[in-house]
Amino acid sequence: MSVEVGRGVVTRRKRNPNPVSKARQRRNRLTGWLFISPWVVGFLAFALFPFLATLFYSFTNYNMLNPPQFVGLLNYKQMFTDPLFWQSLYNTFFYTLIFVPLSTVVAIAIALLLNMNIKGRAIYRTIFYLPSVVPLVASSVLWLWLFNPSFGFIDAFLRAVGIPGPGWLYSEVWVKPALILMGLWGIGQPIVIYLAGLQGVPHELYEAAYLEGANAWQRVRNITLPMISPVILFNVILGIIGSFQYFTQPYVMTQGGPSNTSLVFALYLYQNAFQYLHLGYASAMAWLLFVIILLATLLVFRSSAKWVYYGGEQ
Amino acid sequence: MAISELPVPTWRRKGKRGQRAAGSTVKHLVLIILSVSFVFPLFWMISTSIKPTYEQMRWPPIWIPNPFDWSNYPQAVQFEPFFHYMLNTFNYGILSVIGTVLSSSVVAYGFARINWPEKNFLFILMLATMMLPFQVTMVPLFILFKHIGWVGSFKPLVVPVFFGSAFNIFLLRQFFMTIPFSLSEAAYIDGASEFTIFMRIILPLSKPAIATIALFQFIYAWNDFTGPLIYLNNQSLYTVSLGLQTYVSSYGTQWGLLMAASTIATLPIVILFFLTQRTFIEGISLSGLKG
Repeated sequence: MSVEVGRGVVTRRKRNPNPVSKARQRRNRLTGWLFISPWVVGFLAFALFPFLATLFYSFTNYNMLNPPQFVGLLNYKQMFTDPLFWQSLYNTFFYTLIFVPLSTVVAIAIALLLNMNIKGRAIYRTIFYLPSVVPLVASSVLWLWLFNPSFGFIDAFLRAVGIPGPGWLYSEVWVKPALILMGLWGIGQPIVIYLAGLQGVPHELYEAAYLEGANAWQRVRNITLPMISPVILFNVILGIIGSFQYFTQPYVMTQGGPSNTSLVFALYLYQNAFQYLHLGYASAMAWLLFVIILLATLLVFRSSAKWVYYGGEQ
Repeated sequence: MAISELPVPTWRRKGKRGQRAAGSTVKHLVLIILSVSFVFPLFWMISTSIKPTYEQMRWPPIWIPNPFDWSNYPQAVQFEPFFHYMLNTFNYGILSVIGTVLSSSVVAYGFARINWPEKNFLFILMLATMMLPFQVTMVPLFILFKHIGWVGSFKPLVVPVFFGSAFNIFLLRQFFMTIPFSLSEAAYIDGASEFTIFMRIILPLSKPAIATIALFQFIYAWNDFTGPLIYLNNQSLYTVSLGLQTYVSSYGTQWGLLMAASTIATLPIVILFFLTQRTFIEGISLSGLKG
C-alpha cells in the first residue's frame, strides 16, 4: 500500500507484491460478513433449515394435525409400489427429455436468424420475447382455449385443411406434445441470451473460415456453436432445473389428466402435500426431486468438458 | 492491417445483388411466419374477448369483430373482483421490489467490492441455492409459517425477499465488479468507510442494474402462482393469477369472459414491458454472458 512509507515496506514488497495491512484485512473480513449478513440469515432460515427439515419429515408420517411420527424409510419404500409416483416421474422425464433439447435447437435457430444482417432485429426480438412476460396462468387459460377440441382455433384450422384434430388436452397421447408445443411459445428468454452470445463472436473468425472455403453450415458448426457453447451450457442447465419443477401449466389446464398422463412430478408432490396432507410422503418426493436435479446438473457439467469451449482464457 | 479493420467483411459482400436480395427476402419471410405464430395467441386472446359467443365459434374465423363487443369486460369484473386482485398483486410486487433492492444491493457489495477470506466459498454456496427446487423447502416453510400465524397473509411471500434473492445478488455483483476499483480506493484513502463508498459511489453508478433487478422482481411477483396458491387461502388476498385460476374452475367454458379476464391480467405487465424494454433485454443478456 502506498499509505505506508519507510524501509520496512520496501522489504515486505519483495515477498508480497500487493500487501494489505493486517488491520485492514481484519476490518475487511468484519465488514464483508456484515454486508452479506442479510443473505446469511436468509440462507439459514429459508434454505438450509427447510432443506434439512424436509429430510427429517421424509422419515415421518405427518398430516399437520398430529405431531410427526417416525416411520424410518417407509415413505421411500412406498414410492416403489406407488404406480402414480412412477407415472409422474415418467411424465416429468418425458417432458424434460423432449422439451430441453427441442427448445435449445429452436432458440438457437431463431437467434441465428436474428443475428444475420437484417433490418428490424429489435422488433423481432421484442416479438419473440413478448410471450415470456405473460403471466403463466393467463397463458395457460389462453392455450386451453386454443387447444379446445370443439371450437379452439388449432383444431378448427386443422379441420379446415382436412386433418382431424387430435383433441390435444383430452387425449392421453397428445396432452404431453400439446404442453411441449405451448412451452416452445415461451422461449423468449433463451433466445435473447443466445442472441447476446452470438453478438460476442468475433467477425475475424468467420472471415478466416470463409477464406478457407467453409460453407455456411460449416461456419455454424465449427465456429458459432463452439463459441457460444458456454451460453448453451447455461441455458441447458436452467432449462433442466425449470423442467423438473414444471407445475403451473398442468395444474391450471389439466389437473394431471386425462388418466394421469399429464400428472407431472411437481403436481403429484403438491397434491400429496396440500390436498391429501401426506406431508411425510411429499417430503420424501421433494428430496428425491432434489437428488435428481443435482445428478442431472452434475451430469451435464461433467459432459461439458467435452463440448464447451472457453476460448483461450482457461 | 488486421483483418478486423477491413471496411466490410468480404464474405458478406460476395454473391450477386439479386441473390443477396432473394436471400434476405427468404430470411424475412421465415422471421415473419415465426413472428406471426408468436403473436397470434395474444391477438386471438384479445379478439375473442371482444366478440359475442356465437362469433367466437364461427369458422372461417372473424379475425377482427365489427363492431367490438366490450360486454365481456364488465361481466368478467362483476363475477370476480379483478381490480381488487390487481391491487393485491401490485402491493405484493412493490413490497418485494423494495425488499430485493435493499437487501440484494448490500449483499452484492459484500461479494463484489470487499476482499475477505470466506467470500468465494459463500458466493459459490449462494449460486448453489439457485439449484434448490422450490418443492424441497415448500413443506417445512409452510409448517413454519403456519405455526407463527403468517399463512393467509403476504408475509410468507414478502419477508424472505428482504433477505436477498440469489439471482438478483448475482446480477448486481456482476455489475458492481465492472466499476473501477480505483474509485473505491481513492475514497478509502480520503477516509470513507465501506458503507459510505457503497452509498455515495457504487449505488449512484449502478442505477441501471438496480432498475433491472427491480423490474425482474416486479414481473416475478406479478406472475407468481405457486407462492400465492399455497399461502393466500383467503379470497380477499388473491392475486390476479390466483383469481384467474379460480375463474377457470368456475366458468370453464365461457371463453369470452375468460379471455377478457386473461387480457386484464396480462395488459399491465405487457405495458410495463414495452415501457422498459431496453433495461429488460439488457438485463437478460447480462445474466447469460458472465455466468
